[in-house]
Formats: sequence, C-alpha cells, structure tokens
Amino acid sequence: MYLDNRRPTITPQLAFRVAIIGGVALLMFSVIFFRLWYLQVLSGDRYVAEANDNRVRDIKVQAPRGQIVDREGRMLVDNRTALAVKITPAELPKEVAAQNDLYTRLGQVLGRSPRRIRDDVGEQLAAVPFSTATVKQDVDLPVVQYLMENGDDFPGVTVERVFLRRYPYDEVGAHLFGTVGEINEEQLDGKDYRGAEQGDRVGQSGVEATYDRYLRGRNGATRVQVDAMGTLTGSLSAKQPRAGRQLRLGVDLDVQRTAQEALGEGRRGAFVVMDVKDGEVRALGSTPSFDPNLFTKTIKQSDYDRLSDPINGNPLSNRAIQGLYPSGSTFKLITATAGLEGGLIDPSTPVSDPGSLNVGGTVFKNAGDAVNGVLALPQALSVSSDVFFYKLGLEANGEGDGLGIQRWARRLGIGRKSGIDLPGELPGLVPSPKWRAKANREGIGDGRPWSAGDNINLSVGQGDLQTNPLQMAVAYAAVANGGRVVTPHIGKRVEDGDGRVLQEFPAPARRRVDVEPEHRDAILSGLRQAASSPGGTSADVFKDFPIPVAGKTGTAEKGLGRPDQSWYMALAPYPNPRYVVAVTDEAGGFGAETAAPAARRILASLFDVRGEEKKVVKGDSRTF
Amino acid sequence: MYASPVKQASSDARGTRAGLIGGLDLGLLAAALGLITVSVYILTMATQDDVPGSPLYYVVRQAIYGVVGVGLMLGASRIDVSRLREHQRAIYAAMIGSILVVLLVGVAARGSRRWIELPFFRFQPSELGKVLLILALSAFIVDRVRRLGDRATTGHIVVLALVPALLVIAEPDLGSGLVYLAITAVLMFVAGTKWTHLAALGGMAAASAVIVLLALPTVGVEVLKPYQVDRLTAFVNPTSDPQEQGYQLQQSITAIGAGQKTGRGPEGATQTRLDFLPEHHTDFVFSVVGEQFGFLGAGLVLSLYALLLWRALRILTSAKNLYGALVAGGVTAMLMFQVFVNIGMTIGIMPITGVPLPLMSYGGSSVLVTFLAIGLLQSVSAQARSTELARTRELSAA
Repeated sequence: MYLDNRRPTITPQLAFRVAIIGGVALLMFSVIFFRLWYLQVLSGDRYVAEANDNRVRDIKVQAPRGQIVDREGRMLVDNRTALAVKITPAELPKEVAAQNDLYTRLGQVLGRSPRRIRDDVGEQLAAVPFSTATVKQDVDLPVVQYLMENGDDFPGVTVERVFLRRYPYDEVGAHLFGTVGEINEEQLDGKDYRGAEQGDRVGQSGVEATYDRYLRGRNGATRVQVDAMGTLTGSLSAKQPRAGRQLRLGVDLDVQRTAQEALGEGRRGAFVVMDVKDGEVRALGSTPSFDPNLFTKTIKQSDYDRLSDPINGNPLSNRAIQGLYPSGSTFKLITATAGLEGGLIDPSTPVSDPGSLNVGGTVFKNAGDAVNGVLALPQALSVSSDVFFYKLGLEANGEGDGLGIQRWARRLGIGRKSGIDLPGELPGLVPSPKWRAKANREGIGDGRPWSAGDNINLSVGQGDLQTNPLQMAVAYAAVANGGRVVTPHIGKRVEDGDGRVLQEFPAPARRRVDVEPEHRDAILSGLRQAASSPGGTSADVFKDFPIPVAGKTGTAEKGLGRPDQSWYMALAPYPNPRYVVAVTDEAGGFGAETAAPAARRILASLFDVRGEEKKVVKGDSRTF
Repeated sequence: MYASPVKQASSDARGTRAGLIGGLDLGLLAAALGLITVSVYILTMATQDDVPGSPLYYVVRQAIYGVVGVGLMLGASRIDVSRLREHQRAIYAAMIGSILVVLLVGVAARGSRRWIELPFFRFQPSELGKVLLILALSAFIVDRVRRLGDRATTGHIVVLALVPALLVIAEPDLGSGLVYLAITAVLMFVAGTKWTHLAALGGMAAASAVIVLLALPTVGVEVLKPYQVDRLTAFVNPTSDPQEQGYQLQQSITAIGAGQKTGRGPEGATQTRLDFLPEHHTDFVFSVVGEQFGFLGAGLVLSLYALLLWRALRILTSAKNLYGALVAGGVTAMLMFQVFVNIGMTIGIMPITGVPLPLMSYGGSSVLVTFLAIGLLQSVSAQARSTELARTRELSAA
C-alpha cells in the first residue's frame, strides 16, 4: 500500500487500473478511427455531394413569354418588365418578432397588410423551401428606391426584374387570349405543363393555356455559390433563358374589335366569325368581357368574385363556347337539311302554312300570327314560316325511329364539342326521347314523356335545345361548304421573334356529311332571299349592303317572362360563302332587331366596307 | 530530502542536456508542441474570413497563447508538485471563489456567464478549475488513503467534486462540469476506491442523467436549459431538427466526410470557408482538419493525441509517490475526456457538450490551462526520473 506517500514500485492494483484506462483509450481511438474511415473513405463521395449542395444555388432567370400576334402580325399580347419585391428566407431575421416587425414596415411601404404578407410568404416557402417568395409583383420605382436606400431596415428583402403579361387591347379578345397565373400543384404534376417549375406563371385559360408549351419558353439559371447565411460569394455558371415562341392567330384584330363593339356596351351575348372552308376563326368573343391584365399579377379576390358573379353577367365565362341556348329559327337550317336528306321533302315540295298547326289539341302558331299560304323550302326559310317547319318536325317524329332531326343536328355539330383550341368548351344538348326519359328518371325533367310537340319545338330551335354560337357556325359552315364539318381553330402557327415560321398548325381534320348539292343550293338560296328579297326576315337590315349576304334570323323564347334571345347567322358572300358569322344577344329581342344589325357591322369590317360605323340599321321582322 | 538528488542528477550522463528542456519527457513535449503548431496552421486557413479586415485575428492570438502556454508549461515542470499538497485548502478555495466571481460579475456571452474580463484576455475560471480540482482533490485523497474503503470517504470526495461541478454547470458550462466529474471518477479509480462504490456512483450518475434529461422535463422542471438537452440528444437523430443543434452536427459530419482520404485543401474546404460549419475555430476545429486534410490529416492529429495520452499514462505509472500519480491521473482524465468527447461530437457519436479540443480549439484559457496541466505532468515525470537516478546511484555506490 501507499504508506507514507511513498511508492517505491508500482502496485499490481494500480497497474491493473491504469491498464483499464489505457484500454478505454485504445477502444475510443479505434471507434474514432473506424468512424472516420466510414465517413471519409467509404462515404466520402456522398458528403462531397452534400457539401456542394450546401453551397450551390440555382437562381431562376425568368424567360419572357412569347408574344401573340394576329393574322396580320399585329401584336395582341406582349410583356412588360416590372419590379417585384421578394423575400430571401435565409436573410430574414431569425426571431419571429423581428420578422413581424419587418412585415409591418414592408406592409406600410407596399400598402399590404402584414398578416397577408406573412401568410403569403409562408405559403410560398412551404411549397419551395429556400427559394425566394414574392411579396408584390409590380412595384413603383419610388417605392423600390426607398427600399434600396433603407436596405438595413429591410433584411432579406430584394427587388427583382420580372416580366409581366400585357394585354394592350384590354377587354378586346379577352376570352380568346385567356389569362396567365401561377402554376398550381395539379398542373405541376400533370403532363400539360411539362417543364414548368414551381412559381412559374403559365396560361390558365384561352390560347394562353392551349399553346402554353410554345409560349412559355425555358427559364435560365444562374448558378452561384453562397455561404451559410445565403450571401452570394461568387457565380459559377449561367444558363441563358430561352424566350417563349411567338404565336400567330388566325384572328383579325379589326374584326374582333368591331364585333365586340357591334354587340354593344352592357349586352350579354357572343359572336363567332369563321372561315367556312377550314374552320379558321377570324373573331370570337363574349360580352360582358373582362380585362386580362388583372390576372398578370395575382388577381385580387374581390376582382375575381366580381368577374365570376352571375349578377354581373359572369364576364369570365365565354358564351361563344360555353353558352347553353335555344337557337330559335336559326335552327331551321338543320331541320331543312334533315327534311331534305331524310326524304321528307324536296326543294320544291309545296307545303301549306295556314298560320297554325293543331297537334292533338295543342295549337302551334306562327310568330306574329302570320299566314304565309303555300310555300316551298326556300321561301319558308326566307319568311321564316314556323308552320312549315312544325310540319317537318311532326313528320320527322313519326318517321322511322323519329330521330331524323336529332341525327342531323349531331352530324352538323350541334350538342357536341367542336374541338376548338380553347379550354372549357361545353357540349350542349339536342333533346331526344331518350334524353327526356333519362332526365325524368333522374328527377331533373318535368316528368312529361316525349311527345310530338317536343320535336315540333326542336324543329324551330325552341324548347330544350342547348347550343352556342360556335356550334351554329360549324353547322352553317358545313351546309355552306357542301358537307364538311370543320374543327374551328384559332392558333395558326408558331414563329420565332422575327416572324419566321417554326411550326405551322395544319387545319384540323374535318368530318364529311352527305349534303346533296341541290339541297345545299336550295337552303342557301332561301337564306339569301331572307337577307335580300322583299318579305325576307333580314332584308331590311342588309339593304344597300354591297356584299351579297345569306342569313337567318332567330328569336329564342326563354319563357318565365325573360326577354327573348336574338340570333343571327350570316353566310357571305353568296353564293359561295367564305365566312360564317354567328351573333347572339341574350336579351336582344327579335333576331332582326339586334343580332342582325350587329352581324352587318361585323361583315362590313370583314369585307372592308366603308362608312358602316355611322349607319344605324334595325330590322322590322317580328319572326322567331 | 528530494532536492539534493535532483542536483546530482544534473551531473549524470542523461542530465547533460541541462537548460530549458532538461529532464522533460520529450514525447509529451513533442505531442504538445505538435498540436499547438497544427492548431495555429489550421486556424490560419479556417479563420481568414471570420474577422473582416483582420485575417490573422485568431491566429496571432492563438500563437501568443501557445508561446505563453509553453512558458507556463516549462515553469510548471520546475515546480515540486508534492509541495502543492500542503496548499490544498487554498487551492480549493481559489477554485470555488473564482467560479463564484464569474457567476456574480462575469461577462455574459450567448446567454452564459463564463468569463472574467482581464486586460489582455477573457479569463475562464472553469478552465483553470480543472487543474485546481485535480490538485486539491488528489491531495484530499492522499490524506484519506487509509480510509479509502469507507463510504464516508467516497461520499466526501463526491461532495467536494459536485460543488464546483454544479456551480460551473449553472454558469451554464455543462462541458466543464462534466470534465470535473470525469476527473473525479478517474482520481478515485486510480487511488483504489472500491469497485462497489464506483459501481454505485455509476448507477447514480446514470439515474440522474435519466431524471435530468427525461423525467424532470416531462413534469416541467428544467435542470438543464432546453438547448442543452437538445444538444445532448441531437446526436441520436441529427436530421430531426436540421435548423438547430442537429444542423451543427450534420454540417460537421458533412465537412469531415467531404474531406475524403486526403482532404479538400484550404481553398476547396467550402464547409469551413463559407461558414456552413459553425464554431469552426473552437468546438468544431477537428471538423476543419477533417475537411481540409482528410483521413490523413485527422489521423495525424489523432496520433499526436495518442502520443500525448500514452506519455501521460506512462508518467502516471512512473510517479514516485501517490500524489504525483493522482495528479498525472487527473490530467490524463482531463485530456482524454476532452479529446474523446470533442472528437466524438464532431463525428456524431457523442453528445454536443461544448468541450474544447485540448491545444487545438482556439481559446486562451483552454490553451494556457492545458499547457499548465502538461507542465504538471512534466514535473511529476522529472521527479520520478531523479528519484530513479538517485536510487541507481545509491545502488551502484553500495
């Protein structure tokens, strides 16, 4: 033992205990050694990659979206540069209180509520951690200067130059062009927006959406080195952004603008102007319209609510492709085709029109109590005899399966999507016994079984029919061009910035239906008489018009005390029409009253007829 | 009684290298000088961007601490360690006093009071306390060596150690507190405390760890600050909270791993240079070595520590009396605990406790105290040799 605090030689006990300490040391050294071996030699590559991940950041360089031009190359949609205020999360103060102070200061400068800024930033950073979050898209220069000069008070706040979509004609063509907006989760996962990244603004409606992959371009990136605080310490490489392609539309800006004016301020309606041979759309629109510029930054909820409120006429809806309307007498073209092709009549079959038709106790009368006497098809179209077509409807209901008119309606494109290159098209409805039975079964019908009266109503475009101006335009074009049912289209080609063609969109496939040339001629001559002969329903509207027009008025009864819907379908120039014009006004009254005069103005613009702007024309026809 | 053999030793053949390093343990000296040199070199690379406009801020200071430290070591090696035994009460009182002073008037930094501001540097009493505890507690144990088997003695020792340890933990400086406990455990172990006592103490330590870390926080009593608990438990699952303590750990592991076999060099060591690795000049300096010089560099530093600890243990076994042996054992415990806990922390196998890496981490108090401790080892070593020489001389004369 250690007596006297002397230890001449080391005791066995001490030797043993020191050996244990040495053993522990040895054990620890080997644990560290093997751990280092594992980290540095075996997994080194992984950690090199992690270290590089740490320091390398890709900063997105936004690619400007491609322009949209009309058929003449006139610019319809382009971009402007704006200054956006963004938040870089790594440079934000760490404490929540300091962050809230920052948001309060920022809110005062930008005129936004601090809570909204915080929620907004939080949402964006939750979606893409470590990226920047946009606080406000379009900030005035003085505000930006203030932020820069007082940078110390705004840690983590940066200003970036961004491209914002610009629609210089505001409400003109809004439904055609559509809107852009930030890409959502679903779109990121889907195929339509392949290559788009979180935070990109992509087309959300109109051709902006349909042709997004051409318009969008490819974002560039600057690869930089950052330190732990996220501060830039040098740039490593850069990938240039590639601007989006220019999209040329078949649309004619003048016609589009005139048509929108012709429909008139405060009206609810729609129009379509289309090439009858290949389905190229020259103009298409819906009123009330909206200003797509509202969507270039994130749209305010109040604006969005206003634009989708039915009380305001739901300006965001595109009535030309989403309307669900009875078409009134403009449907008679389809009934006539069905009657002729189904062998119920031929062009010269005389039919007596005593002013009314009694079917099982129900009396169907002509509009305005007219009595037209005996007439053949062309004249029946010209004066818009209802009884003539009632009889065809009645006959068709008893002939074969009773679906002659329905079949021809569908063949000509009524009650089905046209396939136009715009999103959101609605198919509509051609009423039939089968449909009515199903509706009754599901409790959405009125419980009445299908009757001859239903078919009689359909024959003149009243009742349960739901169609829209685009479908009607396709049907009229098909008859006018001798039986080719076209697919309407707006996009013409993709070009580079200098207008050189990169990709031409060929006219989409057309369906053929068999319409005898003499039947077509008879129908067209009837429509021509309607717009030119004394007694023709729109003859007074097109008096003195230098271009020979064939056209049909329509007045759809909507019941329940609501005003009648005015329709006009025009084909010009007669006898070999190039264009079809469809116009409807939900509360326009008789076809000759509002829709036909609007069609005249549209046709004048289409054919460059001068001096039309000042003319006030209004038809007198009181036919349906 | 001890003085004359030393004088005789100097005329011996082995004593002809008189002067500054005469009689020193050369392995121990080489390890200490090697480590402080590596430290200065590493800091040159790692801290050049840390203080704007002053790339050598830490380097110059660490070099000065090194030079002063070496002087301190040489001075301490000339002391007769046994004499210090007589002053055990004064030493213990000085330790407790300085810790109390820091608690009362110390400089606060990042939520803890650990320093006393001196004209030239910030003095950290908890560092010096490590050496003072070794000296005082060893003396106490030597006094009671005959009653070492009594429970009362063991309890007395534990109380003497717990007082400064708990005071230091209250600063809060958890790392130093744990070093005190490790020193105490090794002193008792070396002195020959019964296995049953050691086992009972180990059990109590484990139980209190469970209570402090798990039981008390769940009932709302915080013995440790929440951040300390986070740090202690972060290494179990470093990815669970990458923003806080787990972040440091992950960055450290990434830095070391990225060093691969031969390192990324000072320029390519982005973890260090771009500040992803926090505290890279203090607690995580080993990670810098690992990143810049890879497995090779880390291996070299480990070898220097192995040399240091081997020499320390060797001196422990050769000490001429129990007090010298215990002092050597305490210094060994202090170095060993800090080396393993610090390096273990940087590679993710030990909790984050804020223990500096001896002679490598930047810091005046730590460097000076470590050199002082090594100086004491040298003194123990020198006495052992002179006694040995005297004995062989007597034997040969007889």
